[in-house]
Amino acid sequence: MNEQEKQLVDWLAEMDEERALELAKRMLLEEGADPLRVLQLCRDAMDIVGKRFEAGEYFLPELVLAGEMLETIGAIARPLIKHAPGEEPKKLGKVLIGTVHGDLHDIGKNIVSFMLDINGFEVKDIGIDVSVKSFVDEVSAYRPDVVGLSGFLTLAFDSMKETIEALEKAGLRKDFKLMIGGGQIDETVRAYTGADAFGTNAVDAVNLCKKWMAETV
Amino acid sequence: MSTADHKGPADTKAAYDARWQRILDCVALKQPDRMPVAMYATFWLATYGGISNRELMYDYEKTKEIAERAVLEFEPDAVAPLVAGAALGPIFDAVDYKQLRWPGHGVGDHQPYQYLDREYMKAEEYTDLLRDPTGFYLNRYLPRIFGAFEGFEQFPVLPGAFYFRCITALRPLAHPELRKAVLRVLDAAQEVERFMNHSAQWNKRIASLGFPIMNGSNSGAPYDIVADYFRGATGMMTDLYRHKDKLLETVDMMRVNLSKMTIANAKATGNPIVFIPIHWGPDAFMSQKQFETFWWPSLRQMMLDLIDADLIPMPLWEADCTKRLETIKDIPAGKCIYWFERTDMVKAYEVLGDVVALRGNLSPSTLTTGTPADVDAEVKHLVDKVWNRGGNLILDTAFGIPDETPVRNIRAMYDAARKYAG
Repeated sequence: MNEQEKQLVDWLAEMDEERALELAKRMLLEEGADPLRVLQLCRDAMDIVGKRFEAGEYFLPELVLAGEMLETIGAIARPLIKHAPGEEPKKLGKVLIGTVHGDLHDIGKNIVSFMLDINGFEVKDIGIDVSVKSFVDEVSAYRPDVVGLSGFLTLAFDSMKETIEALEKAGLRKDFKLMIGGGQIDETVRAYTGADAFGTNAVDAVNLCKKWMAETV
Repeated sequence: MSTADHKGPADTKAAYDARWQRILDCVALKQPDRMPVAMYATFWLATYGGISNRELMYDYEKTKEIAERAVLEFEPDAVAPLVAGAALGPIFDAVDYKQLRWPGHGVGDHQPYQYLDREYMKAEEYTDLLRDPTGFYLNRYLPRIFGAFEGFEQFPVLPGAFYFRCITALRPLAHPELRKAVLRVLDAAQEVERFMNHSAQWNKRIASLGFPIMNGSNSGAPYDIVADYFRGATGMMTDLYRHKDKLLETVDMMRVNLSKMTIANAKATGNPIVFIPIHWGPDAFMSQKQFETFWWPSLRQMMLDLIDADLIPMPLWEADCTKRLETIKDIPAGKCIYWFERTDMVKAYEVLGDVVALRGNLSPSTLTTGTPADVDAEVKHLVDKVWNRGGNLILDTAFGIPDETPVRNIRAMYDAARKYAG
């Protein structure tokens, strides 16, 4: 990594939005930097952000701001990518995620989706208030490695349980790992719903998915 | 048989006084004769009464009857103004409220109302809000959040008006669209009046049966008001980096106005306890430094304003605030009730036991999915680890009774309180 690249990673990781975006734009639009390389630098910066989050130095505001910075850079970089066949970066695995029926909350789910995406997963986010039937249909069609059920309200406990039971009944349950998350979720709820694991933040979700993908290799 | 069926006015007055004294004793950091239990519920009342959430929101009489039945069955030492938190359908309709989805308006009849996190004010608008808060509410904010205010975008802008300009400034009120909007709002106000009267009537009736209303008024943390109701979650989190100064200035302006409004509302009810639900304070939502810079100073100042006015702030610290305990300890002793949702109550007692009364915090997952024996064990844990060690604990659920809680688990909670703590 050259000095300039190192600088970009540092500024992104330090939440110095103004300077990071200015440098990224200059590299991409004026200096002809390889867009794939710039996106890789973004992922490197995000790794640092994720580690600082786990260490209790960074919190939700930093994840959100990092997400917005990466989105801005991504929007400039992506049209510049000229793909050769087979050059698409390989994804770590497929995750299908949604907020269970009856619940309209999506702040947590959106952060989890973004963090999984930036960490190399292919993510299909099927939205909020997702019916049991939609989950079954979507899982059946998408064939994910991991399913994430999100919910903030206590009514989500039963919605999660029903969704998991329906996936079981449809004969799909053995094909993926299932994680649940949300403000009220704890081990009692995990046991009640039959999920494989629960998480209380986005980095938990990323770590669970990485662990499960490593186990299946 | 309930208390009210066989007791006369003198008995119910004595029962009221004894219950209220328990709460006040806890606030004053004196352990009362037994551990008080408080009740707060919204849509659990529909579960309890066997009606839909939609009926609970729209049928004032039925809601009052069910809420009274719940109070008489469980005999809490204090109860939240239950009607005000549940029978909101008619006033939501009257203003055509856009910040929520509720039964019949975007969610099913058996679902609770849910807030829509959106950017209701853009970052570029901080300055306008700061310069003329009332004008900002009238011309921009209220038309965005209430359909009934559509047309108020043209409401006269008064700052800057003087002499004859104060007269000619009224011209927009002649515009048919604004006139129509004003009439709509006047109609809505009539419904608000009915709603407030039903709520006050229920509160009075419950007090006459011997049960104190826990809090007469509500407020919010200044930062949370800006975050939740103006900027939205994403906007506010990025403002911590992009618009620090404006954010701080706005939070301070909110604090001044919130203190003023809250004191006036509380004085009008005669009840000193002010319920302050906390949304953005928890450990996971910002760093300790951000908490101490952007979040805590304005709430602390507001609580001091309320204490100066002889009121009793009762923040409900949502989610887990364990890392905040040392910071939020910095408040005059014997003046507040801190209600904790997921914070470890034992830890809270150890840090704050000599500063504030505590309230809470049976876990929602146990209440909704556990057995009465599980509930009993959780109550016993709090009695053993907090109450029996001298903690001034008002037992309650973590954030009101979860909507789906089986009634048997609430019975278990009240039975266990009496079994283990007098």
